[in-house]
Amino acid sequence: MRDAALPLLDTLADAMPANRPIVPLEVAGLTVRRDGRALLDGLELSLGAHGVTAIMGPNGAGKSLLLRCLHGLVTPDAGAMSWNGLAPEAARHRQALVFQKPVLLRRSVAANVDFVLKARGADLARRAVLLEHVGLLAKAGQPARLLSGGEAQRLALARALATGPDVLLLDEPTASLDPASTQMIEEILKSVALHGVRVLIVTHDAHQARRIADDVVFVSKGRVVEHSPATDFFPKPGTALARAYLEGAIIP
Amino acid sequence: MQGMAESLSLAGALVLAADPDLLQIVALSLYVSLSATVIALCLGLPLGALLAIGKFRGRGGVIVAVNALMGLPPVVVGLIVYLYLSRSGPLGFLGLLYTPTAMIIAQTLLITPIIAALSRQVLEDLHLEYAEQFRSFCLTRRQTIQALLWDGRYALMTVGLAGFGRAIAEVGAVIIVGGNIDHLTRVMTTSIALETSKGDLPLALALGIVLLVIALGVNAAVHSLRLSAVRQAYA
Repeated sequence: MRDAALPLLDTLADAMPANRPIVPLEVAGLTVRRDGRALLDGLELSLGAHGVTAIMGPNGAGKSLLLRCLHGLVTPDAGAMSWNGLAPEAARHRQALVFQKPVLLRRSVAANVDFVLKARGADLARRAVLLEHVGLLAKAGQPARLLSGGEAQRLALARALATGPDVLLLDEPTASLDPASTQMIEEILKSVALHGVRVLIVTHDAHQARRIADDVVFVSKGRVVEHSPATDFFPKPGTALARAYLEGAIIP
Repeated sequence: MQGMAESLSLAGALVLAADPDLLQIVALSLYVSLSATVIALCLGLPLGALLAIGKFRGRGGVIVAVNALMGLPPVVVGLIVYLYLSRSGPLGFLGLLYTPTAMIIAQTLLITPIIAALSRQVLEDLHLEYAEQFRSFCLTRRQTIQALLWDGRYALMTVGLAGFGRAIAEVGAVIIVGGNIDHLTRVMTTSIALETSKGDLPLALALGIVLLVIALGVNAAVHSLRLSAVRQAYA
């Protein structure tokens, strides 16, 4: 963990609700159908209380949809999800989701963070710490929508952290970022995970998953095909599908 | 009747000399139409926002009705307000007929649907973009509306301008409820109508020039604000 991350962690600690944790997560028979097709097909998943989980799988496997279901943005057609006894809608205010394409408000960088802090009744003084940690403090006064793709994603992460989440969900947050921005985000994710924030990240980047994930959930055709520790998954995937995916084969 | 060139020359002289009658008419026009615009914004923006993000039975019908009311004929609005404010009407006891207040009421009724319908469209588009993010932030409806109104501020300025333009240019409603009384309820449009019918083209033209300058000025100001907003990606 970087020493420089400590003020951020203090910021998060202040924001952490003192009530009971919302992890572990239990998902049973999660099914979402669209136009007669099962996008999530009886998905089963159990996640522990700590660490970083990488959700991987081919395009169209249902990874992003799973994240939205876990965040309570999509209501499934069948199945159950429990964040330590809480439904996703009830747990949402203790989670934050960083979308693949960040939606930034038509305001300055600082005002984007302030907006979330105010909505959560948090101290606006946290803004400077958050922006510093995503490398955007110098751009605080600039219009947010003129940021580059990487900067916009870092601002989205700062805004997500401003909510003081127990669980941080990220949908391919570094897909359009340069290596420096990717490294910065990965360091922040590792830091907040060490601080007790449960991190779930959808990624196609196997190298990134190796660097930051404690465990990997491999999804294909709306089902969890494999769930294993990262230290086992990458050197020796347990299924032919996961092996083919890691080898770069096209999975139908 | 004077020739066009002579009338224009006399009109220019009236404007340049800041003729007191002319100034009074212009001031009253601005007072009435700006007041109506402010009130209509206070009523129309929340209504537009509610229609933009609200989910209730009959929402489609309300949207169609509000859109239809954008084309409300000013004389009909004037007639309705007249019936309400006339001595025998339900609000006759207020004694507002043939006052600037009556003109403000008529113009407010005329432009509120315009502001509500146009702002609904602006805010609905914005809400489509923000909805999932706002749900993720667990915003209340009030917080959502406030955020949409703020982020749509530049587009909503244009909506306000459209309302103001409609108000200051209309003649039918204000002439019915205001009566076009000299030094009391005479505004630019009613004066232009009256002076033209009397054949006094210079004053009518002078007022027309002022009306055009106001319209151009307001449009230029809003256009420049919007350009600035686009440069900052705030629009």
